[in-house]
Amino acid sequence: MANDNKNINSTDNASSDDVLRDVTGSDYKYGFVSDIDSDIIARGLNEDVVRLISKKKGEPEWLLDFRLKAFRYWETLKMPDWAHLDIPPIDYQAISYYAAPKKKESPKSLDEVDPQLLDTFNRLGIPLEEQKALSGMAVDAVMDSVSVKTTHREKLAELGIIFCSFSEAVKDYPDLVRKYLGKVVSYRDNFFAALNSAVFSDGSFVYIPKGVRCPMELSTYFRINASGTGQFERTLIVADDESYVSYLEGCTAPMRDENQLHAAIVEIIVEERAEVKYSTVQNWYAGDKEGKGGVYNFVTKRGLCRGDFSKLSWTQVETGSAITWKYPGCILAGEGSVGEFYSVAVTNNFQQADTGTKMIHIGKNSRSTIVSKGISAGHSQNSYRGLVSVAPDASGVRNYTQCDSLLLSSTCGAHTFPYIDVKNDTAIVEHEATTSKISEDQLFYCNQRGIPTEEAVALIVNGYAKEVMNKLPMEFAVEAQKLLSITLEGSVG
Amino acid sequence: MSSLNQYISLFEQNRATIYAASPEALNRLRPAALSALKQFGRLPGKRDEGYSKTSLEEMFAPDFGVNISRVTFPVDVAQSFKCDVPNVSTLLGVVVNDEFRPSATLLKNCPEGVTVDSLAAVAASDPEFVEKYLGHLSADRDAASALNTLLMQDGVVIRVRKGVKLDKAIQIVNIFNAAAPLMSVRRLLIVIEENASARILVCDHSQSSDYQYLSSQVAEVFLGDGATLDYCDIEESSEKTSRIAQLFVSQASDSRLTVNGTSLTVGHTRNEYHIDINGEGCDTELAAMAIADGSQVIDNSSRINHNAPRSRSNQLFKYLLDDKSHGAFEGLIYVAQDAVHTEAYQSDRNMLASADARMHTAPQLEIYCDDVKCSHGAATGQLDRNALFYMQTRGVPEAEARMMLMQAFMSDVIDRVPIEGLRDRLRHLVERRLSGEHAVCGDCAASCHK
Repeated sequence: MANDNKNINSTDNASSDDVLRDVTGSDYKYGFVSDIDSDIIARGLNEDVVRLISKKKGEPEWLLDFRLKAFRYWETLKMPDWAHLDIPPIDYQAISYYAAPKKKESPKSLDEVDPQLLDTFNRLGIPLEEQKALSGMAVDAVMDSVSVKTTHREKLAELGIIFCSFSEAVKDYPDLVRKYLGKVVSYRDNFFAALNSAVFSDGSFVYIPKGVRCPMELSTYFRINASGTGQFERTLIVADDESYVSYLEGCTAPMRDENQLHAAIVEIIVEERAEVKYSTVQNWYAGDKEGKGGVYNFVTKRGLCRGDFSKLSWTQVETGSAITWKYPGCILAGEGSVGEFYSVAVTNNFQQADTGTKMIHIGKNSRSTIVSKGISAGHSQNSYRGLVSVAPDASGVRNYTQCDSLLLSSTCGAHTFPYIDVKNDTAIVEHEATTSKISEDQLFYCNQRGIPTEEAVALIVNGYAKEVMNKLPMEFAVEAQKLLSITLEGSVG
Repeated sequence: MSSLNQYISLFEQNRATIYAASPEALNRLRPAALSALKQFGRLPGKRDEGYSKTSLEEMFAPDFGVNISRVTFPVDVAQSFKCDVPNVSTLLGVVVNDEFRPSATLLKNCPEGVTVDSLAAVAASDPEFVEKYLGHLSADRDAASALNTLLMQDGVVIRVRKGVKLDKAIQIVNIFNAAAPLMSVRRLLIVIEENASARILVCDHSQSSDYQYLSSQVAEVFLGDGATLDYCDIEESSEKTSRIAQLFVSQASDSRLTVNGTSLTVGHTRNEYHIDINGEGCDTELAAMAIADGSQVIDNSSRINHNAPRSRSNQLFKYLLDDKSHGAFEGLIYVAQDAVHTEAYQSDRNMLASADARMHTAPQLEIYCDDVKCSHGAATGQLDRNALFYMQTRGVPEAEARMMLMQAFMSDVIDRVPIEGLRDRLRHLVERRLSGEHAVCGDCAASCHK
């Protein structure tokens, strides 16, 4: 009898292993390259390159100064090595720091946009065409870090909402940009922030005026296309008093053997009683099954909840990139401000991810919630790294952190590195983490109720990520579900 | 001169004296330690990962004297120590600064198969044994242990031979006694051979609180197959005493280890627990509590490496921080790729009792194996107001209710202490500590503070 049991278990094991292999072994859908004429400057980085980028974009003097200050500071820095990542040496002189799809004039209407470019975004399922207005999303499409087209601008303008590319914002709203640029993420923040501040080429700019509730989701779609380039975009979101906006960000890149560098900055400022919801579905090319190629995703994202009772919520689904280094954070300076971070990070093959959040409580009665779900498969390494800090004057602070890891193979790794710094005696800070694989008990329970192993794995993984997926806006949830099903094919039903 | 260079040059100037005073089994480790230290170049500071509340650079900065020429301090051990935990009969040995002095009972009653002796003496009489173990676990992996190896001259060897089950606990009392700022460089070598078992209680005291002392202690513990060790460490020194105590353990198959750390009165303490589970089926319990006020700093760091399958580890750390005290906890559970069926748990609970108290926590998991059950939890908060209110409605005065709650908070660490008599003693000490009395050991180490 005991022997029989063993046999049953071992077959079960074999089949669940097969399922996991199927589940974790599918291909990247967005790996195509669009044949678009691009304007790429020579590889290498020096002051002249920084000046050239600024000149190409026709920027004012103060922005060039900002770039030069950042560049000079960057030169004094060394690449950080504290993350749990194995990063091959990056030759910063072998990258071209500016690539843009060639265009004559900025397009007035969609007809003027390069059809090849439109086709690219259509293949990615991004509704650039106005007739897709029904999808109810305003999109800023950024190809090789230059904004291609922003939709629905007029409709938003009626409400006083500014949603445009960063370079347009510099031209049209220089005072606003100057007022907020670098206020949340200083160019001295870290190595990649300094690099981005020196060479950023474009990005999105959002301003929601007082008391306005943005009627549609704003969305930026990032695409790296040209080879031998890096992408350095900057997003700046300002939500004035009592406003609300939900912002989405998606990313893809072609399949290439080389590693491409993506170093972005996102800065968000949330004023009194305003709320910003920032959702990311990150699907940069992750490299092939042997770990060759893929995007290095080194991103600095931070929001400043400056006003009282302001709220910032980060939701991220991280499935792509060969290496991810990303810690979206909230500085909770306002009294009663709220920070949230919901994350699903999936790593497969030879991907590495070191991601998490920082919740910096400065305001009284500020609250934060962190839910992080890591799923590792193949030979990947997946780390959560987070900081919760409570300043001496921040009384009544409440934080709850939960980070779980699910391991789907015996060769992957799952790690948790939370840092908790409490300097106030009225704070309540909790952290919980668990690591496990899909247990045989769970599978057996499902099997017993007539659910085949494959579906059971799907069910469990799906249920595991649900808590975070539920936080995504509906338009994005569909895409995120699709993505999970690509990375974990067959498991999402 | 940096703190480290000050001790390197001390060593280089007195090399001949140090070598002459120590047996070869100790001296042979010094060259490697010296080159490791030169490689490190400096002692870690607060900006280094894992040292958020402790700057060894600062801790080692004062010009402490080191007893290089082996002066015997005029302390009459038999006279001044009747240190005894009630209801626990122990084999007592006293270490004055770093010099080991066995008690009469220890010399008379030490059972067969058990060695409790001075490291210098054993290194001279049985160099093979010492060479086989000493320095293998600490292995100059960090600057503090390398510095200890560079300057060590004495300490304690505890060896329990194969199959010997020792009923009596071995108690080692470390005492600071010097009329000048002093650094003691202590070394503990504990070898519990196959299927043997022992209980060890280490107490730290300062006899005078007039001078600044620094204690650098490296303990290396080897557990053979099926061996059992209960290790309790109590620190009740003075607020002028700094200490860095590093415990390195290697566990062979089916061994059982219980470690209990208690920090009651300290200046600035850093305890490091490095436990390597190298055999299957091991069981490891690590618990520590810290009560701090004034401007005390208590910093605990643990690393449990699960290198072999089917082992279990459980950690519990509790802090109660008042006034301007600072606490830090950094703990890592590491599970190697083939360490299947590992169960590893870690919990850190902290209570801040004043607006100026600070707590830094970093519980970490590093897992390379999928068939494991691992979890960690950390929470920092304050006394439960509802509980306090509940007790007051039942007629318990607020101060008393607070006391009871704080005692209850600490009791689950105390409950894990495997020596029964010691549990009562600890409860008593915690009670006195919480009621604000300077926690002298009472009649436990009655004479320590006389």
